[in-house]
Amino acid sequence: MANSTTAKTKAAEPAQPASMMSVIAPAIGWLIPGAGHMIQKRWIRGLLLLVSIGTLFVLGLLMQGHIYKANGGDILDILGFIGDLGAGGLYITTLTMNWGQGAIAFAIADYGTKFMIVAGLLNFIAVADAYHIAIGKKQ
Amino acid sequence: MTVQLSHFSAAFVFALFASIVFGITHRETTRDMVRYGLYCFAMFLGGVLAAGWAMWLVRR
Repeated sequence: MANSTTAKTKAAEPAQPASMMSVIAPAIGWLIPGAGHMIQKRWIRGLLLLVSIGTLFVLGLLMQGHIYKANGGDILDILGFIGDLGAGGLYITTLTMNWGQGAIAFAIADYGTKFMIVAGLLNFIAVADAYHIAIGKKQ
Repeated sequence: MTVQLSHFSAAFVFALFASIVFGITHRETTRDMVRYGLYCFAMFLGGVLAAGWAMWLVRR
C-alpha cells in the first residue's frame, strides 16, 4: 500500500523545468572549453578544463596533426570529424585559419591528430558535466 | 613551429590532461576529484609501461 502511494507520488511529480542556464552552459562550454563551468561560478574547474583541453588541442596542432572536415566517406574519417567537432571554438578557429593540414613526413603528426580528437571528446564530457551542474544533478 | 615529443612524453602529456578532465567530470567532491584524477593518471602511465614491457617480452 505504502509502495503504491510512493509510486503515485513519483509519477505525479512534474518534470524539472529546463532553466536558461541548462541551455546556455553546455552551449558556451562547447564553444569555449571550461566556460560552461566558469559561467556557473566553478572557476577553478573551468580553468583546469580550459587549460587541459586547450593545451591538448594546441599541442596536437603543433605536432602537425590532421584536422578532419565534414565528410561522408570512410567511417574512421567521420568519427574523426565528430571527435574534432567537440573542441568547438578551437575547431572552428583551426578550420577558419586553414591550420591542421597534417604532415605525413612526421611520425609524431599521427599523435597530434589523436590529441585533437581526444581534446574534442574530452570537451563533450565537460559539456555534459556543465549541463549536470546546471540542472542541479551535480554540485 | 613544430613540437616533437617522444612516445613516452606524448603519453605523459596525454595522461596528465585526460586525468584532470576525468577527475573533474566524474566525481562530486574536490577530494574525490583529486583522488580519481591521480588514479586515472597512474592507470594511464601504468598501462603504457605494462604494454611496453609486454611488447618487449613478446619481441624476445
